[in-house]
Parts: sequence; C-alpha cells; structure tokens
Amino acid sequence: MSRPEFRHDLRITDTTLRDGSHAMAHRFTEAQVRATVRALDRSGIEVIEVAHGDGVGGSSFNYGFSAIDEMTLIAAARQEAVRARIAVLLVPGIGTAEDLRRACDAGADVVRVATHCTEADVAPQHFGVARELGMETVGFLMMAHRTSPQELAKQARIMIDAGCQCVYVTDSAGALLMDEARARFEALVAEAGEEAWVGYHGHQNLGLGVANSVLAYECGVRSIDGSLCALGAGAGNSPTEVLAAVFDRLGVDTGLEVTALVDAAEEVVRPYLTRWPKMDRNAIVQGWAGVYSSFLLHAERAAERYGVPAHRILRRCGELGFVGGQEDMIIDVAIQLAAERG
Amino acid sequence: MGSGKVTAAIVGPGNIGTDLLAKLRRSSVIDVGYMVGVMESDGLRRAREYGVSASAEGVDWLLRQDPLPHIVFEATSAAAHLVNAPRYAEAGIQAIDLTPAHLGPMVAPPVNGTAHLRSPNVSMITCGGQATIPIVHAVARVTGVPYAEIVASVASRGAGPGTRANIDEFTQTTARAVEEIGGARRGKAIIILNPVEPPMIMRDTVFCAIAPEADRAMITGSIHEMVAEVQQYVPGYTLRAEPQFDDPRPDWDGNGRVAVFLEVRGNGDYLPPWAGNLDIMTAAAARVGELMAAEALRARTTGTRA
Repeated sequence: MSRPEFRHDLRITDTTLRDGSHAMAHRFTEAQVRATVRALDRSGIEVIEVAHGDGVGGSSFNYGFSAIDEMTLIAAARQEAVRARIAVLLVPGIGTAEDLRRACDAGADVVRVATHCTEADVAPQHFGVARELGMETVGFLMMAHRTSPQELAKQARIMIDAGCQCVYVTDSAGALLMDEARARFEALVAEAGEEAWVGYHGHQNLGLGVANSVLAYECGVRSIDGSLCALGAGAGNSPTEVLAAVFDRLGVDTGLEVTALVDAAEEVVRPYLTRWPKMDRNAIVQGWAGVYSSFLLHAERAAERYGVPAHRILRRCGELGFVGGQEDMIIDVAIQLAAERG
Repeated sequence: MGSGKVTAAIVGPGNIGTDLLAKLRRSSVIDVGYMVGVMESDGLRRAREYGVSASAEGVDWLLRQDPLPHIVFEATSAAAHLVNAPRYAEAGIQAIDLTPAHLGPMVAPPVNGTAHLRSPNVSMITCGGQATIPIVHAVARVTGVPYAEIVASVASRGAGPGTRANIDEFTQTTARAVEEIGGARRGKAIIILNPVEPPMIMRDTVFCAIAPEADRAMITGSIHEMVAEVQQYVPGYTLRAEPQFDDPRPDWDGNGRVAVFLEVRGNGDYLPPWAGNLDIMTAAAARVGELMAAEALRARTTGTRA
C-alpha cells in the first residue's frame, strides 16, 4: 500500500455534507446536497464527504434517521462533482462492509474508516474490503484526546498495516489544546513516514480548530478537514472557507479559490442552516469535558424531555467516559439526573 | 449414569470455557466430564484440578473417549466449529455453539429455549443478542414491532480478537436474530467498544418502534416479566430505568417508541463482573445445556430416543 499523490501542498477535505449532518439532525435534502457539491467542486475542493453523520448505516433511532437515504445523496453528489472525489464515513460496529459496497456502487471513491482512538483493530476488515473495491482509504482515530500520542501512533500503525493511506488525528470532542495536538501530529507523522499521509479533523468547541490546523501543517500533516459555515457537530468544524483564507495568507498551496468558498458558505450553505454551530455553553462544555461533539443535539433533546440542563448531561457524559456512538447513554444519564434532582 | 446426570464436554479451555465450567459445576443435570484444548494451558490445568479429564489433543481425543459426551459446548472459534460440527453430529453428540459459526438454529433461552432440545446443533447467537432479544420479544409478544434496534456497549477488554477481526458478523447476526427470534419485522444492531478504566459494565439499549395506540402498560408489564426470567440465569441483568415511551413522530414513520436501558453485570464465576457480555453467553449456553440434558434424562426414563 502506498499513499496517493497529492497535487498541492495541502489537501482540504470538506465534510459539510457528513459532519454537518449532525447539525442538520440528518435532514439534508437532495437539492441541498447537489447545490453544496457544485459549489465545493467549483472552488477546487478535491474530496467531499457525504454520508449520515455517524457514517453509512448510521440512520437509526440511536443517531437519528436520515430524511433522504444516504445512498441517494451519495449518488446525487457523484453526479454533481466534476473534479472532486466523493468520500463516505464508515464506523465499524455501526456500518458494515455491505453498506460500504452499496456506497461504492452509488459512486463513493474514498472511505474514511473511523474507530475510537484505542480500537483500531476493528477496522482491518473494512480497509480490506475498501481496497478490494479500489477505493482510496483514510483512517479516523476518533476522540484522539483520550489516549497518549505514543498509543495513538501504535493505533495508526494498525490502520496503516491494514491498508490505510492517510491516518487522522480526529479531535471529535474539540478538546485538544495546542501542545496536545502538536504531540499527536508529530507522533503520527513519525510513525507514518512515507507510507501514509497524516490528517487532522477539528471541532471548534474550544475555538482551536483553525489554529490546530495551522499547527498541523507545520508538523507535516497534509490532509485537513473543514466544513462550510463550520457546519458540523458541537460548535462545528474548522470552517473550510476560513482554512482556505488562512492557508492562502500563509502561502500554502491548497488549490482552493478563497472567494468561491466564501461565496459558497454565504450563499449556498447559510440559507439552509437550521442552526449555525457556535460556541454556546453546551458546546464549550463538550470541548472542556472532552465529550463527543455529536452528543450535542441528543443532549438538548433529552434535556427538554427530562427537564434537566443539557450542559449537566454533557458534563456527566464526560465524567463517565462515553465514546462516540454511545448516544443511547445520554437518555440514561438524563433519567438518572432527573431522579437525583427528585 | 448412576449420578442421574448427562455427561458434557467443553471444547475451548479459554476464558469462556473456564467460566462455563464454573457455572456447570453447579448443575444438577450436567456433569462436565471433559475439557479439550489444542495445547496445554491454564484452562486445562484448572479443569484437572476440578477432577475433569482434560486433554490438549483436541477433538480427536474427545471422540476416542468412552463414554462419549452427550453434549459438547463449543467455545473455540467459528473456523474450528465449522470443522468440528460434522464430527460431533456423526458421533451423535449435540453441540451448543458459542462461536459465531451459526450452523444450527439460533436460541435465546427465555424466548425459544425449549424449541430445539433435540437439535444436533444450536447457536447462541451473540452476546448482544442474548442481552437484547428477550426484550424485543417481550415487546413483540404484546404488540407489533415494525422495527427494533439494539445498541450493545462492551468494555474493550471484554472484546476478544475474534470479535474485533469480524465485527460485522456481530452486527449482522444480531440484527437477523432480532428479526427471527425477537419478532421485529426489521432489525438493526450496533456495537460500541469503550476502553474506559475501570472497565464499564456491559450496557444494552433496546429501541422498538410501536404503533401510536400500543398499550404501554401491557408492554411495560411484559418487559418486567422477561427481565425476571433472564434473571433466573443472569442475576445481574437489570433495568437501569423503567421503559421509556416516546410519542409518535413523523420521522419515525408515525410510530411511537419504547426504549429499554439494560445493565448486564456478570456473576463473577471466573470472568470479572464487568464482562457481562461474556457472562450472559456462558449463562445462556449453560441454561440451554441444562434444558437439553433434562430432555435427554426424560427420554431415558421414558425409554424414547433423545
């Protein structure tokens, strides 16, 4: 396995239509997907991720049902993209190799296989299938703040050996402070060497997504995620349009047209936002307490249903060490908090 | 059989096999005569300490024994069971399969535990299936369930290399059993591994779509009855809260929902109490084994062939 050629100094992957699915409560329409892909494609974005927020197969009671079948959305994105490749997320334990085959049939070119940062050994099965299908492979080590840089590098090695071409420091909780982020970037860049690229996926819960992206580039990270209008879980992702502007000012070639991306954010995405992800109390608590960003809307819903504050639910989730995918525990925590209150 | 017990063998002397042995030593109808591995191990040594004939010479050795066991518990791997199963069948030994091979009918004791007592091979499905399918069934036996979804949260240390190498097998098999054994028209299964220390006790959530007019009191009653039944063989199987009912929503196809939050604390026989996922497998397998053994003993006294 070797890493693919990158055409520019840095590759920005846009995840508006996947991480943004969380903020949209998985209610993306086909028209929104088509318009967003067209705008991103014209701006020079090379990889556009489209899927349920929890990856293919994520449509469920636990995470929320997709308004439109994600395979329909992937196929629509594939039709609209002239230059860009279409990526999907797959979380083993939620989605299956069968879901991946369907996504590939629908037109996905790249798969991003995501595991909790210490559980990479559930991913080789899916990397194997992806390579069989001829897909480009990316590995997501989620909640990267929950393990040491050395352990994270060992987990990256498991993914690389399984055929992963680019392994990500995925800061799912938006919790990594700059020194912590740097240590993880350096550890993964050293481990991956020439075999694989290293990526960074940030959230803005503590406002550090863009700053950590700059740091990442300085450390040798060559693949970075963003979302238009920050549309993503928690306080959202590093905004793609901001990343484009910042790297342009730094003289780093991303192949992106800044004005086209700023226009896309303002004119295509902003009109359909049901909420503009922001650093409100709940999202800050997520970054501070290290809580999976996708828990936000679920905690808000449970707060309303059980009459306990969402930020208290989220803090308790942090204390109990829940990982991505344990959205059911939010209801359990809300019930317990309501009982404690009496 | 002077003891009035049925002789059984455990193949696979690892954590699961050893825990199973600890449970079956308390049985009034099963006598574990043999423990089989393919290399010398702590598990075999422990079995010998308990007076069990134990060998590292594999199934070849087992099939040379006299008497042959009536029941074999397969606690190896799917690949090993695929090889062993026809040999057991040929020797007339009933197999209770704890691996993901799924050759025989799937069994969850309080749902269909007595349905396959003379079957040459039964499958114990998956740990998440054993924890959740009784609850799906408890709902489905009183109201229609167009869709059921289960989420199993397991401590990382309790998920072995076999599960990790083929995690799709868990989700797909469990989803199928949610439909076929649980009684949901459509099933989905999710598994999450959590590395938090100290290890988290196994947690399972069951979501069932139900009609707007479904009788909530009847559903709740049925769930409580089922929990009590599972507690007969897994005492640490408890509801975290009363079943939670949500009103119908358009994005749920106009259905309402009942959500059931379970904790599965293991018995701590050999495996630690947090490993409820492994405990419920061994406890369910032991339960099915005892039902099979009782059936065999009944057949002996009445003179019919088991």
